[in-house]
Amino acid sequence: MLRLFPLLGVLAAVCLLSIAIGVRPIPPGDVVAALFGRGGPDVAGIVWGARIPRTALGLLVGVGLGLAGTLMQALTRNPLADPGLLGISAGAAFGVVIAVAAIGVTSLYGYIWFAFAGALVTSAVVYALGRSSPVTLALTGVAAGALLTSITSGIALVDPDSLNRYRFWAAGSLAGPDPSLVWQVAPFVLAGSVLALATGPALNSLALGEDAAVALGRRVGWVRLQGFSAVTLLTGAAVAAAGPIVFVGLVVPHAARLLIGPDHRRLLPVAAVLAPILLLGADILGRVVVRPGEVGVGIVVALLGAPFFIALVRRRRLAEL
Amino acid sequence: MNTKKAESRPAKATIGPVATPAFGRIGIYRHSRAGLLAAAVFLAFCGGIALGDHPMSLVDVVRALAGSGDRFALLTVRELRLPRALVGLLAGAAFGVSGAVFQTVTRNPLASPDLIGIAAGAATAVVAGIVLGVDLPALGLAGGLLTAVVIYLLAWNRGTTGYRIILVGIGISWICTSATSYLLSRARLPDAQRAVGWLVGTLNGRTWDQVRPLATVVILLVPLVLLGSGWLRTLQLGDDVATGLGTPVQRARLVLLLAAVGLVAFATAAAGPVAFVALAAPQIARRLTGAPAPPVIASGLTGALVVLAADLVAREIPVPVGVVTGALGAPFLMWLIVGRTRLA
Repeated sequence: MLRLFPLLGVLAAVCLLSIAIGVRPIPPGDVVAALFGRGGPDVAGIVWGARIPRTALGLLVGVGLGLAGTLMQALTRNPLADPGLLGISAGAAFGVVIAVAAIGVTSLYGYIWFAFAGALVTSAVVYALGRSSPVTLALTGVAAGALLTSITSGIALVDPDSLNRYRFWAAGSLAGPDPSLVWQVAPFVLAGSVLALATGPALNSLALGEDAAVALGRRVGWVRLQGFSAVTLLTGAAVAAAGPIVFVGLVVPHAARLLIGPDHRRLLPVAAVLAPILLLGADILGRVVVRPGEVGVGIVVALLGAPFFIALVRRRRLAEL
Repeated sequence: MNTKKAESRPAKATIGPVATPAFGRIGIYRHSRAGLLAAAVFLAFCGGIALGDHPMSLVDVVRALAGSGDRFALLTVRELRLPRALVGLLAGAAFGVSGAVFQTVTRNPLASPDLIGIAAGAATAVVAGIVLGVDLPALGLAGGLLTAVVIYLLAWNRGTTGYRIILVGIGISWICTSATSYLLSRARLPDAQRAVGWLVGTLNGRTWDQVRPLATVVILLVPLVLLGSGWLRTLQLGDDVATGLGTPVQRARLVLLLAAVGLVAFATAAAGPVAFVALAAPQIARRLTGAPAPPVIASGLTGALVVLAADLVAREIPVPVGVVTGALGAPFLMWLIVGRTRLA
């Protein structure tokens, strides 16, 4: 746990920076005043109406993706597993395109629910078909993802209007959330997080192999169901709100494993702290580099996270799954 | 390394649920399945040539391929339809073979050139070309090869492992994918549409210009992979066992991966990153033949079959072939997985 506290400190600092820094420069003193309910109404409006919701959303999405990625890699015992492996992000993308092309939904808040529904249904179907072993599950998930991606890009190619909306959602962004969005996403992330953290000890037994886990008294099928439910809740909510930026969940568990080793009881909390640091850090950077425009967080997070990740991987001792 | 790794080795050595080689089934059974696959590929190939604005009978197609028949049919087949069918055949086979190599060498059924960055690198190069208005046919090729070199160099630290290559590949693929979606979100809509069209993979308007380089590479590299199939068999057992069996692990991996990358890069340059074939073909082939690891020849045949069959459907809708490979290959793979698990 000793490593967790400095990381929490970093996370708190990043959250404060995310509230303090924006496209419109506001002196830090005014921001602090607005936080405590003083200062001008326009500054308070920006801080409470835009920056705090955005930071909160980044925090939720980050925690969700970090935990979901760690769970997914542990459950499938595959370093290539990402939170979208069960076809979750493809299902969400499919939901968005269907919402735009077939039903004519145009508001962002309209298609978030379609994205979430797409994610849930896909994940449930994949689990029902492939649950007999981690490998069949991973392959079924990839196949379902390919199927839905095919249909999604087919629709997007035929219908320019849905391509136009889809490509912005697909770039991934935390920008401009309505404060109510945070409250809509929060319960799912919270429930998923509790479920995820509770599986930690069981995941350690599962890492020894299925037979060993059974010998240690684990009900393997039950652990998997619990884990995948958590992944679905976390990823579904995160992807619906911020677009398919699941790469965060692919890389953060590896980074966490390199930092503190393979014990899932410590790995899950560290991943849950590391992921929002990466996500919010990238979001801040995206706001600063091309003022007054913005670069989507999905893009910055890659340019920031990938070199760091590759540097970690190049170390000689690699903790394998 | 630590003990954790040693413990997890035996479980990871198997590439899928069918762990034990079924010795009773190897011989005639597997060969007849491969023979059936080859026949299906030939049928899909001829069918692709027969269909079009002027449909021909399969007999006419075979006759025209052999160089006889009337001049009009000869011209249509040789200049218009044969290049398209050949690109489909060769690209599909190249994707299938390279997928089999990647999955065996990294001992991971999810490893494919799609997932570990090579297709992503090619895609970024081509989309950048489209958006910036530099349209070079060699861009995809250069992008794919360059990405592969970068991945291998970064994964090299006094030797390398399959695991490290996968992880570095993930990182690189991540950079390339987000660069692509950045370019897409900044592009003008017509450019974005053209880029998405290429990103899906298409066989429309292919000519001999695309066939020749691809054919050369396939003819050179597929035999090379077949020569290395003994290495593939030992590498699949893990680095330590392979070394014990006398395989020069680092050299074998380098040669095999280079061949696989060459195949993918040229196939992507000719047909675009046709989705899902490199990942699915080896897994489908493995389940069809009942082999313990992805079989090289059957994977190539399956890849070719998936692309050619998808192209038959894609022309009717009409959409690019890459839209259909996923829609066609995915349910088939899922059916094989679910069917096999019920039996087991």
